[in-house]
Amino acid sequence: MNLLYDERFDGALPEIDKHGLLADLQRLLPSVAILHTNEDLRPYECDGLSAYRTVPLLVVLPDTIDQVQALLRYCHERRVPVVARGAGTGLSGGALPLAKGILLSLARFNRILEVNPQACIARVQPGVRNLAISEAAAPHGLYYAPDPSSQIACSIGGNVAENAGGVHCLKYGLTVHNVLSVEIITIEGERMTLGSRALDSAGLDLLALFVGSEGLLGIVVEVTVKLLPKPEVAKVLLASFTDVRDAGRAVGAIIGAGVIPGGLEMMDNLAIRAAEDFIHAGYPVDAAAILLCELDGSPDDVAADSKRVREVMQQCGATEVRVARDENERRQFWAGRKAAFPAVGRISPDYYCMDGTIPKRALPQVLEQIEVWSREFGLRVANVFHAGDGNLHPLILFDANQPGELDRAEQFGGKILELCVAVGGSITGEHGVGREKINQMCAQFCEDELTVFRAVKAAFDARGLLNPGKNIPTLARCAEFGAMHVHHGNLPHPELERF
Amino acid sequence: MMASMASASLDGDCSVQWQEQVRTAISQRQLLALRGGGTKQFLGRGVEGMTLDTRAHRGILRYDPTELIITARAGTPLTDIEAALAERGQMLACEPPHFGAQATFGGMVAAGIAGPRRPWVGSVRDFVLGCRLIDGHARHLRFGGEVMKNVAGYDVARLMAGSFGCLGVLTEISMKVLPVAACRLTLRLELDAAMALRQLTSWASQPLPITGACHDGQALYLRLEGGNGSVESSAKRLGGLVADDSFWLALREQQLPFFTDSQSLWRLSLPPATPLLNLPGTQLLDWGGAQRWLRSEADADTLRRVVSEAGGHATLWRAGTHSGISTFHPLASPVLALHQRLKAQLDPAGVFNPGRMYSDF
Repeated sequence: MNLLYDERFDGALPEIDKHGLLADLQRLLPSVAILHTNEDLRPYECDGLSAYRTVPLLVVLPDTIDQVQALLRYCHERRVPVVARGAGTGLSGGALPLAKGILLSLARFNRILEVNPQACIARVQPGVRNLAISEAAAPHGLYYAPDPSSQIACSIGGNVAENAGGVHCLKYGLTVHNVLSVEIITIEGERMTLGSRALDSAGLDLLALFVGSEGLLGIVVEVTVKLLPKPEVAKVLLASFTDVRDAGRAVGAIIGAGVIPGGLEMMDNLAIRAAEDFIHAGYPVDAAAILLCELDGSPDDVAADSKRVREVMQQCGATEVRVARDENERRQFWAGRKAAFPAVGRISPDYYCMDGTIPKRALPQVLEQIEVWSREFGLRVANVFHAGDGNLHPLILFDANQPGELDRAEQFGGKILELCVAVGGSITGEHGVGREKINQMCAQFCEDELTVFRAVKAAFDARGLLNPGKNIPTLARCAEFGAMHVHHGNLPHPELERF
Repeated sequence: MMASMASASLDGDCSVQWQEQVRTAISQRQLLALRGGGTKQFLGRGVEGMTLDTRAHRGILRYDPTELIITARAGTPLTDIEAALAERGQMLACEPPHFGAQATFGGMVAAGIAGPRRPWVGSVRDFVLGCRLIDGHARHLRFGGEVMKNVAGYDVARLMAGSFGCLGVLTEISMKVLPVAACRLTLRLELDAAMALRQLTSWASQPLPITGACHDGQALYLRLEGGNGSVESSAKRLGGLVADDSFWLALREQQLPFFTDSQSLWRLSLPPATPLLNLPGTQLLDWGGAQRWLRSEADADTLRRVVSEAGGHATLWRAGTHSGISTFHPLASPVLALHQRLKAQLDPAGVFNPGRMYSDF
């Protein structure tokens, strides 16, 4: 299936004369801030969802808020679509450019403006890397909690757009729980602050609405985040299971025992073997599944919790429970998990990473179904989960050079996401909808709910110029590609025009 | 006892009936005054309109302690929710105040008020995972879900927290819950307010199990929660005398002597580490200084200017001699305009609690 912007289903875009646009922007912005040759535009043609590429009309790299305002005012007036981009590490195609639009890179907004250890906050520009915030806070014994696996490269502006998570979400929350305020520029070029340095703000919680809005509501030009004191100690337990279902039960049992681990990750056998071959983390390659459970806090509490967790894991059928002996082994245990994606990349020419979430109790049922489909589609699946919060990352292995395999992988992935919705979960836990899951949005939300999303969008961007085609599908798209039930051969939405 | 009997006899799904009521209101241009138990009715402007009382729509729909999620109808008494959680050693970690026996789950979310644990554990909206609501077209819709992580579409569910019924009728809410800590200890330290604020600032960057910090004008109260080990060792380090845990309930419910006064009561929300503000009146510091209560008849504009300059906002919680003053801090004009556009989009007929938060929408 081709997921590139399709005006038949995603809405018509205005025709824009590139030369006229370039001339106008050259009057508004310094020339170094504009890229227009094919050679310069090419590196921006995709983000982390590299199967889909579109060369944008122009790339703009402003470095002042005034420039962003001037650009957006112009785009609003002339109806030029704008796609914002942070570091371009997103996995759902949220920063996939439009052939008829400008790509607005925030990469030059790369300064840490303030680290305030008294108030435990950092104020940064959107292009600052996630890990750079923790590095800047480290001398004060503080850190920024959300740690998506791309944290060495991904930017905080992109994290806000995607409501990025990581392996420590269950205990420390997502981006939305760790951002105090954002400065945004609306498509009309107006600057406003959502949230504040205080713990709440007057009026509606527009910050909560904005976080995770995937660049459709406004452009972030500054972010203030909360910093946390580093936990005194962190300990990791590695448990092996001969049955994936036992590992799944152990996850619920640990939480039911009143322990909230800093991280609780599961890998299945294919993922274990791939990671072990790659990193030599010391994983048990014969295990059907492993659980990695990190406990952090004060030394006494961590000791008490790890005793408890070990007992629970054994009661749930763990054949072996190992505690990392020292910091080196702890890093080693995590290294295997963190390298799971590239490790799978070594055993398959391509893989397709899913991001569904489910209630934890549905885990055995979902895993069994994935296994059945894996056989039906003839494609292997390596399962890696943020088990503590029910966030699955099944990696579907395929070879794009084999005709039809990408299509099959996408169909398989689509079925997994629809299953996540059917068991009460979501099509995306942390990677975002972007372009990748635009059709599955029609399975998770009914037409009326999508209409509410469009109403929210209209309140911020009535002309629909910010990141069109992402996050919220049109009715026409749902009618054409959505996973809607067709009863008695009648197509849903007979009132809609067919193209 | 009465409450639980009422609960049994009134149990039922009222959503279809409410949809009809909203549909009628829209078509006849009637205004609707949404209310639960009315315990937070004093906050915000009065609403003229037909009452839509949510209390008949009650009941816990799903609660699985291993999922850390509870889903209940909006009219469920908050005490029922807390009792069900307590039975399994869990809690609403944002520690919402009740302000009366009639408080409902939906009202708690609509008001979005959190208790003493807020700075360390999270706000009401932080724990909202999903909701069902009747929107401004009388449609019964679902946003968010019953999973910890869900970034599909805009986060409409969290937007409902603290929206005071201005955007729709909440019918069901799913919230994340947390286990109650194994160990809890309250300490009382004899410090003046300025010194207490300085101490709290230095503790904030250290990994201490503090989950409550309040200076009541006399002394600093600290609550420690965690495992036995961390609570005991921190208590030794922090000093002070052991005090009664009931302090936190009295604080949450505004039953401390400080709150029993007829003067105007202001709630000041300030950035952490803000020093003591020089304002006329008497102050009580909660949230480690990030939420301050001020009894004062000082001029509202002056007071709000001082608080704004410090990076915060001021809510007129209970008006004494103040009249005609907006309950909530005035919004910056572009932000107000955005509120108005959002209200117009989500409630085009303007039927839900118009003017409850601000006269402008």
